[in-house]
Amino acid sequence: MREYVRMRNYLKDYLRIYAGNYRIKPPQIIILIFLLTLLILARVLEMDLVILFNESLVKLVMNGVLVLSLLPMLNAGAGMNFGMPVGITGGLVALCISVNFRLTGFTGFFMSLLLSLVVCGLFGWVYGLLLNRVKGREEIAGTFIGFSIIPLMNYFWTLAPFQNRQMLYPIGGQGLRPKISLDPYFSKVLDNFCLLKIGGFDIPLGLFAFYALICLFLYLFFRTRIGRATLAVGENEAFARLSGIDIAKIRLIAIALSTMLAGIGICVYAQSYGFIQLYDEPLSMAFPAISAVLIGGSTGRRAWIFEAVLGTYLLQTIYLLTVPLANEILIPELTEILRTFITYSIILYALLYRNRRGIVH
Amino acid sequence: MKDRELRDKLFNIEHLVPAVFLLLSILAWKFSGLSGTFVINQVLTRFIRDGILVLSLIVPVVAGMGLNFAIIVGAMTAQTALLFVINFQVAGARGIVLVLVLAVLLSVLVGFTIGYVLNRVKGKEMIVTIVIGFLANSIYQLIFLAGFGSFIPVVNKEIILSRGIGVRNAVDLGMYRNTIDKLWLLRLGEIEIPLFMILVVLLFAGILYYLLHTRFGQQVKAVGSGSEKAELAGINVDLLRIKVIVLSTVLAALGQLAYLQNIGMFDVYTAHLNVDIISCAALLAGGASIKSAKIRHALTGIFLFHTLFIVSPQAGQNLFHNAALGEYFRSFVAYGTIAFALVINIKKEEKDQEQG
Repeated sequence: MREYVRMRNYLKDYLRIYAGNYRIKPPQIIILIFLLTLLILARVLEMDLVILFNESLVKLVMNGVLVLSLLPMLNAGAGMNFGMPVGITGGLVALCISVNFRLTGFTGFFMSLLLSLVVCGLFGWVYGLLLNRVKGREEIAGTFIGFSIIPLMNYFWTLAPFQNRQMLYPIGGQGLRPKISLDPYFSKVLDNFCLLKIGGFDIPLGLFAFYALICLFLYLFFRTRIGRATLAVGENEAFARLSGIDIAKIRLIAIALSTMLAGIGICVYAQSYGFIQLYDEPLSMAFPAISAVLIGGSTGRRAWIFEAVLGTYLLQTIYLLTVPLANEILIPELTEILRTFITYSIILYALLYRNRRGIVH
Repeated sequence: MKDRELRDKLFNIEHLVPAVFLLLSILAWKFSGLSGTFVINQVLTRFIRDGILVLSLIVPVVAGMGLNFAIIVGAMTAQTALLFVINFQVAGARGIVLVLVLAVLLSVLVGFTIGYVLNRVKGKEMIVTIVIGFLANSIYQLIFLAGFGSFIPVVNKEIILSRGIGVRNAVDLGMYRNTIDKLWLLRLGEIEIPLFMILVVLLFAGILYYLLHTRFGQQVKAVGSGSEKAELAGINVDLLRIKVIVLSTVLAALGQLAYLQNIGMFDVYTAHLNVDIISCAALLAGGASIKSAKIRHALTGIFLFHTLFIVSPQAGQNLFHNAALGEYFRSFVAYGTIAFALVINIKKEEKDQEQG
């Protein structure tokens, strides 16, 4: 019965958002037009669309888990997780430990996942306690907590007693390199697992299976009692408190879960990319992920798994298509500029739009 | 009871944060082994470089809008004005006046837009100003890396990359370098005091002080203590908030011009980066919070924060034989100060609300 009421409310919300206005939101229209233009241009420039399509599939999962990691916090009403570097650095610690013990293949990858759950659980718990102190302003506080953990972790990268010579600076032998190659360890283990080749198309079934598993986990999480309580807290905190939900605890769980998923996300990202990137690299990783979930149609107050997947695919395809295009008109820097421009304008739009006609509250 | 009041008065954040900074600075200075005169000269340079930028943050804080990270946009408008004047090769005094006029005009325009946007997100100004800053940075890059030479006619070929599109990474400001810094240079032993520029910074501080005590200032304070009350008192809150942001942006633009002419070398794409973070951290180091800021916080904050900033790389080198560790320390201090202020203040705000 309760399930039915929840579904009905969700459908109502959904209709009000989409059908009520008889339109998709402007940013999505712009993004779709932009994507179409890019595709036409790619066609005109005679780029190999099959290769681009293959790449887009890998990029979807490579960044997809990081985007999914936003959902628990968003739905718990803790806002967009601008403090994602907390989870990312936790995942990087796990990756570095695996590489330090020279674990290869799936052993290495799953060991990193396991370790990131532990490290990020710890990080996320502290992060959650901090964010619980700043209810309502999580986003700005999260931004700066994320910014400050980067130099703090730089100490760790420089001073931690890692032994594997391939990770250390070649000269001096102290401190990790900014970019550690995963080639001898577990580079692309998921990408190449059950890779299906049909004609020119490469479908990375293993990668998709892993992604689907994470989606399924989130789907099931939101159906458990804690998950439903999370949604209730995000929907209406006062009402949730009246029905006896321990709000601080639920938020803490959601924030820790988001942080742990971010850790797993960076592990997937690193194995696809083939490198561990340390130091200042995680600083701006939160922004593309946030804009992806917004492109997917999230209001910035709640988000569903489908929106996260769709948004990631759209954003990553646009990112992919801008590279050869910028090279074609001989301004290679344009790629990065266009990417940041798209990312930040979408986030700004969502911040303005959300506050003007917040759907919840 | 009285002891407790006294203790609260002495050991609040307003005094604790500067005390911690002072302690850290002295410690880091001891370990760095740098000479006192060197540090004093450097700090004085930083004072005239960053002074106006830090001052530009005060009014938005008083108006209850928090730290205005969008001063970075003001800095960019100043750089835009400068680049256009260099491009069209207006030299000498006419050039300087033109830069000033253009910078002020542009920053008024931009400040108005930002103020308008911020009126739609009351209570979340800070995160929005951060995103505005990032977005403005990519628009700035778009204009100067892709627009110059393709849409904007290039007169001065020297500032353009060899491919014909886009401005070079660094543009020399030889003609403007240290033009006003060397005025009234006072020498006390080895310490050089650029008296004129210090007076300029103090003049800006004085103007702000005066402004905050006029009717305008009273209204700003009223808005800062609660929009509803101010509205009941007949103040047009939205318009006032726009005025506040315009004032802040114009000050930031002027501050960035002072900064650039002091450095004398203009890194087109990096000179403005972190201007917002460093200025905010300096203001907070002086004992300001995101709810209250005074002129004296800005002035002492610059000294405290920049002393630490100057000595920490050398201290890292001496302590750990690794200058990078000192660098990490100072970026941690910059970000950490702001994070700390946010966490502490928002908590306090909640408590006050519960009591009130």
